[in-house]
Amino acid sequence: MNREDFPMLNQDIIYLDNGATTFKPKCVIDAMNDYYTKYSANAHRGDYDISYKVDVAYENARKNTAKFINAEPEEIVFTSGATDSLNIIANGFFKNILEAGDEVLITLSEHASNVLPWFKLSRDLGINVNYIELDSNLHVTINNVKKAINPRTKVISLAGITNVVGDERPIKEICRLAHDNNIFVVVDGAQSVPHKPTDVKDLDCDFLAFSAHKMMGPTGVGVLYGKRELLETIEPVSLGGGMNESFDSIDEVYLKDIPIRLEAGTQNIAGVIGLSAAIDYIQRIGLDNIDIHEIRLKKYFMEKIKDIKHVHVINEECDSGIIAFTVDDVFPQDVAYYLNKYHICVRAGNHCAKILKNAIGVKNTVRVSLYIYNTESEIDRLVELLSDKMRIIREMI
Amino acid sequence: MDSNLKREIILDNYSHPYNKNIDNVEGYIKVNSNNESCIDNIDLYLKIDDDIITDVRFDGEACAISTASTSIMIKNLIGKSIDEVLKYIENFEAMLEEKEYEDTDFNEAIVFDETYKQGNRRTCVTLPYVGIKKAIKEYQDNK
Ligand SMILES: Cc1ncc(COP(=O)(O)O)c(C=O)c1O
Repeated sequence: MNREDFPMLNQDIIYLDNGATTFKPKCVIDAMNDYYTKYSANAHRGDYDISYKVDVAYENARKNTAKFINAEPEEIVFTSGATDSLNIIANGFFKNILEAGDEVLITLSEHASNVLPWFKLSRDLGINVNYIELDSNLHVTINNVKKAINPRTKVISLAGITNVVGDERPIKEICRLAHDNNIFVVVDGAQSVPHKPTDVKDLDCDFLAFSAHKMMGPTGVGVLYGKRELLETIEPVSLGGGMNESFDSIDEVYLKDIPIRLEAGTQNIAGVIGLSAAIDYIQRIGLDNIDIHEIRLKKYFMEKIKDIKHVHVINEECDSGIIAFTVDDVFPQDVAYYLNKYHICVRAGNHCAKILKNAIGVKNTVRVSLYIYNTESEIDRLVELLSDKMRIIREMI
Repeated sequence: MDSNLKREIILDNYSHPYNKNIDNVEGYIKVNSNNESCIDNIDLYLKIDDDIITDVRFDGEACAISTASTSIMIKNLIGKSIDEVLKYIENFEAMLEEKEYEDTDFNEAIVFDETYKQGNRRTCVTLPYVGIKKAIKEYQDNK
């Protein structure tokens, strides 16, 4: 869909690594260029027209983002990305309320950015990081969450959709169960928000993190959503200009209200404006249509690949645009090198070696991750190139 | 060398890598070498007696180029003194960087003489060498 909107697609390239980052439509690039060429000024401090225009654009972006996930504008903090958001959640909020012996539950298929901040808290505070067991398809079931929680569990932190095999977690049910047990839920939305509708009120999650660049927005900007009463108690990890009300002496520092309080220093204004344009773009197409398009393409791939015996898809049942597969006798990195010779971009990875190895006996896979601009003819080309194993082996070096 | 022959040598070393077994590595120096930008990951085991590399083995998962490079490297290194190995590596790296070099017993390793044309694959070729240098340093530090 909408291929003509993407300048990157003017090249002879088949881009199938949308889990890593996505291409930007011209309207997003234009929105950012407009800021740099027509009203390039700082926010929240101007006494002149173009600065006022920045204020309006920046705060409109916040409203737009809030509406996109059904939150309130005060509940949207702009960060540098999902990673930054997750670190602020761990270090600005949970660090102040968790105690030694408390437990954080994650899974073995979380992205590093939803693992390492908790490991750090574990070292700093003596909390325990434990794992919800995955089923044989690497999915999180509500039963396994029930089994994992115990009186010391204080936080469950999960990706809405994983970058490993693209499985979607039952976040709404998990939130209900967690809240019945006084447990907070953090959702890493980096792979879910760009692909499926997200409604934080309906999910009732406590925090949500995501990145603009994985949803056709710019790099270097992301979102931290938190329920208002929780954001209120976050201790700013970063202090400086823009977020303080006044400071007369060391004892008299007054900070602004949320969310500004959590955005110290000059923000990524162009990035925030670009994110807002990306949200507009997604809304025009419709997230439902994006989701349907990706799943249809995945089914199309599955149908075409099923007669090719040396290719094994390990996540057929996942309803998302992520396809993880292996090729008999060929190391995934070599598959990626081979496809690259034909300008096809895929990712080889162990995404999370430990689980893939233990759970299904596969350590590394080739990952294809789809988005709106991918087409059936691109899949045709991919399948054609994968269909002859001897050719892959001949041409991979 | 003709590029078909190069391909054959690389594939042969990939399909039948030399000393890719770690059945008996007690007393060997073990180092890991992995690539930040990709998923290659190998463990190298070295036996060094009186500054002579008497055995090298490896294990792990890596792409065809990395595996072949490791296999070829091991064939070339066994029997050499540490000084010879360091000189070999210096020349080999010079070749990869398109600098002047001397063919110090490269044998099959000459198949990589045009790798510089594919920038992203140079790190595949050098993967085992990073490990060997680490191991030699460890040996020298503990001497
Ligand atoms: C599931 C998941 N969480 C978090 C991240 C981190 O996102 P970023 O690098 O944009 O901060 C990623 C990125 O790959 C991801 O896939």
